[in-house]
Amino acid sequence: MSLLQSTQFRPDPSANATRRAWIRAWPELQNPAAWLVALILVIMPLIANGFFLIEIFATTLILGIIALSLMFLAGYGGMVSLMQLTIAGFAGYMVAVFGISGNANISLGWPWWLATPMALALATLFGTLGGALAVRTEGIYTIMITLAIGAAFYYFTNQNWAIFNGHTGINTVATPQFWGVDWRSDIAFYYVTLGVAAICYFAVQYVSRAPFGLALQGVRDNSRRMAALGFNPNAHRIAAYAFAAFIAALGGVLQVWNYRQISPGSVSVGACIDVLIIAVVGGITRPIGPFIGALIFVLLRTFALDVLIKFGLDGNRFRLLIGLGFLAIVFWSSDGVIGLWERWRRNASPTQRPGGGRHG
Amino acid sequence: MLKGSLGLIALSSLLLSGTAFAQEKIKVGVTATLEGTYTVLGEDGMRGHQTALNVLGKKIGDKELEFVVASTDATPDSAVRAVRKLIEQDKVQILLSPLSGDEGIAVKNFAKTHPELTFVNAASGAQETTYVDPAPNFFRYNMDGAQWQVGLGKYAYETKGYRKIATVGEDYSFIYTQVFGLVLEFCAAGGQVTNRQWVPLGTKDFASVIAALPDDVDAIYLGLGGADAVNFLNQYQQAGGKAHLMGGSIMIDQTILSSKGSAKNALVGTIAASGQADTWEDPNWQKFVKAYQDSFPESKRFPSPSLLATNYYGSTMALILALRQVNGDLSNNQAKLKDALAKIEIDAPNGKIKLDSNRQAIGTNFVTEVVDDGKGALFSKVVKVIPNVNQTLGYDPAVFAKIGLPSRTVPECKKY
Repeated sequence: MSLLQSTQFRPDPSANATRRAWIRAWPELQNPAAWLVALILVIMPLIANGFFLIEIFATTLILGIIALSLMFLAGYGGMVSLMQLTIAGFAGYMVAVFGISGNANISLGWPWWLATPMALALATLFGTLGGALAVRTEGIYTIMITLAIGAAFYYFTNQNWAIFNGHTGINTVATPQFWGVDWRSDIAFYYVTLGVAAICYFAVQYVSRAPFGLALQGVRDNSRRMAALGFNPNAHRIAAYAFAAFIAALGGVLQVWNYRQISPGSVSVGACIDVLIIAVVGGITRPIGPFIGALIFVLLRTFALDVLIKFGLDGNRFRLLIGLGFLAIVFWSSDGVIGLWERWRRNASPTQRPGGGRHG
Repeated sequence: MLKGSLGLIALSSLLLSGTAFAQEKIKVGVTATLEGTYTVLGEDGMRGHQTALNVLGKKIGDKELEFVVASTDATPDSAVRAVRKLIEQDKVQILLSPLSGDEGIAVKNFAKTHPELTFVNAASGAQETTYVDPAPNFFRYNMDGAQWQVGLGKYAYETKGYRKIATVGEDYSFIYTQVFGLVLEFCAAGGQVTNRQWVPLGTKDFASVIAALPDDVDAIYLGLGGADAVNFLNQYQQAGGKAHLMGGSIMIDQTILSSKGSAKNALVGTIAASGQADTWEDPNWQKFVKAYQDSFPESKRFPSPSLLATNYYGSTMALILALRQVNGDLSNNQAKLKDALAKIEIDAPNGKIKLDSNRQAIGTNFVTEVVDDGKGALFSKVVKVIPNVNQTLGYDPAVFAKIGLPSRTVPECKKY
């Protein structure tokens, strides 16, 4: 995705100006496949039972949101940040600390409508500060700095008992209930997750085409030229970190509501890398990529053990199956599942203009 | 292709979960730490579970038990995720879970959100699990970490003559509970605990820990388990450590004593306490050891069952016996089963076990010493058997409550 993107949808001269602008801003609304996916997601509670609804689809959406924040930074900003899960975990911990939980000596007992914005604000601040540190570096050094932040946070939560309750973590975190609805009941929670995921998805789409997003892509492609044009590359990058941190924080809040508990295992270095795997497997060129990657990841994580046992193999080796699955995807397509899809589309209809109708 | 096969898998598991109720089966979900630092412990736990099934059979009247296994990695998150998968996807009616301390606390809290189901603790031993705000549907047939240390402090002080000790332990609830039991008894006898070091679970480099071990102590207590314990012993031996050692219940255990390499030889002569002793003469124990050995080829098991195997055996046994008492009746939110579980007294391999009002085990504890059997294999030899150990360790409940919950610094080293 590059600066050219805004020019690739040639508006039909006969349509009126409003409609033209609308289509330019939201080209995916013209794609029937996108409508189909949206419809399936909306009626999902009719198809899937509690387990598939929450453990597979809601979990996919939550991990997808967190990976989306990485995709935004890596895809549009060229910054691979391994601390997105740490930001999400920080938000989750803050919900537990400011809100209500089983650990009354730690939790402050604020109602959810106070605790959640507080958690989001603090996590965004945390991510922005981390970003401000990381923008001074490039490439592998960005990865190292953000990984260091993630690892430090993990060990800190593991050993700090005053706020984070050490290895035990914080249990029985209260979830919102209002208007007579328990928002953590399966169907309500699924729609909350779906709604947040949709907002994040469209926000990333929108920002990528807004002047800020275009400037960010310019910074990614040639920051010196952008600086010469009068842009401030570092300010753009930090703003991108802040935006991504807010998205990751939303994912983190949903995650702690989902499991009703949080402990250092949720923010371990392994989990940070899982988010990178999700984004890479799905493809970091497109906001839909992280969600596809998350679905594959969740399916493999949940069913690999069962599959091995069903085939009469040693169930203890299920990590191997997960690794082989990811290896296969990355081997055949360096830009993830999205890349496979695009290549298949191109081969199927060679006359189509490359890039047209890409937003599936 | 991958996506297609995934879809097939998802579909087939959907179908499978739908048909499970057609036959008269009782579905039981089991979790064990089959990943991470405690993998070896989880694997042996499952061997204990399998041994119980071989001995007792899977039939409950005209119904049959069906087990679904899920893997965890000793973190509370993984335990909750595994238990949720078992309940929501596999539709299990009874849980045999979990293995490790913090997992136990998380699963107990989770159990409250499913009051209709029954949770039998498999092996976890944090005190908080059943002592603080216990869940009415959570039953624990193994003792907690503090109960497993009863007798060790006194034996170290009186018989071994240790006056000052330091401790090294993994930084989480089960080891806090173990050190809690040790410190209470050792300090009540008159000893001193000068230094308590805590290392994160999964530590690989112990160099700084070993360098910081004090020299002016009579013995060092090790509360480590699994891969951490083996790593510590290797590095301790390379550093030329020669102090007297004392061990926690998963440190002096077949999971460590039959590890490869010579580092474990540092443990010969180490005193420890646990819910079992490898060389106990009791016929019930000997029968269990034999059943365990007969169930698996020699290369795929330990010479003698570990504490985890014994715990999984005991909890599986309690569950099967209670189910048989009620003839597999799970109606009315499993009320009859829960009642039977609360009242049942089992003749476990490691002594009689019954539950208190918090559904926590009262059982037998063993003080042991590590011996070499002459062929290079290490075993824990029983030196003292202490029956009827309860969760308050013989203290008056009011006094016990004042001590506080096990943590890095609780209890203080004094007589309560």
